[in-house]
Amino acid sequence: MSEAPRLQLKGMTKIYPSVIANDSIDMSIAPGEIHAVLGENGAGKSTLMKAIYGVVKPDRGQIIWNGEAVAIQNPAHARRLGIGMVFQHFSLFETLTVTENIALAMDDYTSMESLAGRIEEVSGEYGLPLDPGQLIYSLSVGLRQRVEIIRCLLQQPKLLIMDEPTSVLTPQAVRKMFETLRRLADEGCSILYISHKLDEIMELCHSATIIRGGKVTGYAVPADETATSLARMMIGKEIPVCSRQRPVVDGERCLEVRNLSKSSADQFGTDLKAISFSVKGGEILGVAGISGNGQQELLYALSGERLVDDRDSIAIHGESVGHLNPDERRNRGLGFVPEERLGRGAVPGMSLSSNVILTAHRQGMVAKGLLKFQKAAQFAEKCISDFTVKCGSGDDPITSLSGGNMQKFITGREILQSPDLLIVSQPTWGVDIGAANIIRQSMIDLRNNGSAVLVVSEELDELLEICDRLIVIAEGYVSSSVNVNDTSKEEIGLWMSGMFPGGPATDTFNEATHNQESHGC
Amino acid sequence: MVVKIEPRPEPSKVMQYLSPLIAAVLMLISGLIIFSLLGKNPAEAFHAFFVEPVNDLYGIGELLIKASPLMLIGTGLAVGFRASIWNIGAEGQLAVGAIFGGYFAIIFNDSNGLFILPLMIAVGAVGGMLWASIPALLKTVFNANEILVTLMLNYVAVLLLALLVHGPLRDPNGYGFPQSVLFGDAAILPVLVEGTRLHLGVFLAFGGVIAGWVFLQKSFTGYQMRVAGLAQKAATYAGFKYKKLIWIGLLTGGLTAGIAGVLEIAGPIGQLLPSVSPGYGYAAIIVAFVGRLHPGGIFLSSLLMALLYLGGESGQMNLDLPSAVTGIFQGLLLFYLLAADFLIHYRMRLNRSRLEVN
Repeated sequence: MSEAPRLQLKGMTKIYPSVIANDSIDMSIAPGEIHAVLGENGAGKSTLMKAIYGVVKPDRGQIIWNGEAVAIQNPAHARRLGIGMVFQHFSLFETLTVTENIALAMDDYTSMESLAGRIEEVSGEYGLPLDPGQLIYSLSVGLRQRVEIIRCLLQQPKLLIMDEPTSVLTPQAVRKMFETLRRLADEGCSILYISHKLDEIMELCHSATIIRGGKVTGYAVPADETATSLARMMIGKEIPVCSRQRPVVDGERCLEVRNLSKSSADQFGTDLKAISFSVKGGEILGVAGISGNGQQELLYALSGERLVDDRDSIAIHGESVGHLNPDERRNRGLGFVPEERLGRGAVPGMSLSSNVILTAHRQGMVAKGLLKFQKAAQFAEKCISDFTVKCGSGDDPITSLSGGNMQKFITGREILQSPDLLIVSQPTWGVDIGAANIIRQSMIDLRNNGSAVLVVSEELDELLEICDRLIVIAEGYVSSSVNVNDTSKEEIGLWMSGMFPGGPATDTFNEATHNQESHGC
Repeated sequence: MVVKIEPRPEPSKVMQYLSPLIAAVLMLISGLIIFSLLGKNPAEAFHAFFVEPVNDLYGIGELLIKASPLMLIGTGLAVGFRASIWNIGAEGQLAVGAIFGGYFAIIFNDSNGLFILPLMIAVGAVGGMLWASIPALLKTVFNANEILVTLMLNYVAVLLLALLVHGPLRDPNGYGFPQSVLFGDAAILPVLVEGTRLHLGVFLAFGGVIAGWVFLQKSFTGYQMRVAGLAQKAATYAGFKYKKLIWIGLLTGGLTAGIAGVLEIAGPIGQLLPSVSPGYGYAAIIVAFVGRLHPGGIFLSSLLMALLYLGGESGQMNLDLPSAVTGIFQGLLLFYLLAADFLIHYRMRLNRSRLEVN
């Protein structure tokens, strides 16, 4: 391609008080090119994209747009230039309609009617059907993302930035989105595609810039590379693999969930509908599903943070625990790692040692009502060394840890108490590959020692790698379990959209034909 | 170059300790400006306000007398504040403590038993806790906002005290003045140092501060309160019983305020009056915050606040300053503290960065 690049970055640098997020990054994207920005969490991808979109101001460096140097002042300026961005976390108002939400982001005034018409037109054109009059809260996560994409497309962008777009989609929906992106590229729109999923990048992208620790470590044509070679550029070493050793452990039934129903505390949440499953010692059960399908509610009910009406619907070691609070459930062998780390799994404003006491106080850290800080410090040291938590010492504030290190610390705190039953939510969300492997391996070790492990994750690949059995949650319904070796990504993907026996998608079908309600699963 | 305000990567330890000092200095400067505007010589005013009240033994005694209820209540409130339970009702709890303690002093007026003082203190504590249990009950059962309930109950309690002193508890031989009989010797706290009014109650206050320190810094329940204050979701995640913490937080404030009420009537006052506190219950809130909710800090800040009370009195007598001057200083102190606390989480930098654009 001989014409001027659509976008060129020269020496982009952004320095935060504690870290250099971007260090002299150079990059170039041609019109119609799908360009991957590949890097681990915290490598500086998002900062770079925000600089292009005018959200953060770089400290040094040049942005050259269609051959002209520009200083992008703010997102509105970026949009005027023809840059659109779909953020990882949506910025939609749930009580407003699709049209109203899009109108909020339009820089020029348009009447609602004509806007709705244009939404229908554009969404039809790109094969992304969307009803402009629908309220956001009634839409699935995939459809919400579609709203964000349409919002960008309405501005007829010359460059579309997509930040980790597939983390909320089923494998089938990912296919569909790739088609749209290819079509856009064919029409001359350049696409910056941010991801850490190597297979996606190899399939979709024409070229790639790999970033590690704020610096460019390489440029590549993904189609010519292997997953291993890309990963090496991304993390700087070979990907460590989890030990595949899986002795068969025949444990007793440890967690039993029977007909668990619970309405959500959040008005836009998902109600749990007569969920039943069980986990036995020596196995890892995975719960797959797109986020927002009842995972939060299920975990709150299992941990005891929200009590359920029927105490018999949850049992640990055969004892009904539905009425017990988290502390009492921990006394019966539960360990729990929530997906929110700071503010739930750990207390901001406290040191690592003090954060140990939060759940590990039962390990002999309290005598006569007084705390034994020495014991807590020892526990923290062990946790730091066993789980290679990168920090100064146990006296450091917990907020000084990066997301991945905090996750290792919290997971370590729960695992070192040798729980009979460990429940982990999004174990490697936002965690770099090295840390992710340590966390996965520790869960496998716990399983091999005879504990029961329940993992809730949106990363299907991760579940397929570490779990023995899988169940799928969709709109508050849970599928029957399936052995990981007897299923495929495609089947689970279908289930994730609710198409399993007794699931929500088949349920509507049953209702329509006046069938009796499905019994159990 | 512009001054740029940016969040600190982590809260500044130094600023946490420096902020109360900055607030005190700014309060002082503002106070002196106000004095000058009122036509007083600032140096003279400073001397009258901050030196004269404490330049003799009697003055030191007065300082400790005033500081005792402040440090006691401040510590009690800090227990709740640590868990984000905002008890604004110490003034009312103090009044009810005084009513309970005073009632027993009056009915045992003829007796000389050694039991009277301990009994007064005990029932005073119970009275304060009973008054604090109203917001605790309403919060745990109906989720009623404890700030509003405790605040409004202050007016109820203070008026209740006035009602009783004007009515049933009035001295029958007191020529109709709204005051109770003078307490007997057995109901008066013994003076510790000859030539001052410093009484035994100061040890009770010290004891309260030490007990508060052990509870807040060393106990498991104190830890739970801190967790609940910093991150309520984490407290739920750990399974700490939040309702229990609400009760503890509010009752500790009531307990200390009730005892402080008894210390006032069994100390310098010696009888029940329509008003037994110059706003100690409110001032203790400022004491708790200036003291960083830490008993050690509360001890120091209670001395500062007591000095403001004494300085205000001295300023009225020597310089014809209005009585509102104490309140002004207290307000300035809290105002500057809240402002200076901003610098714990944020810092100011001169913005030097510029964009290289050709």
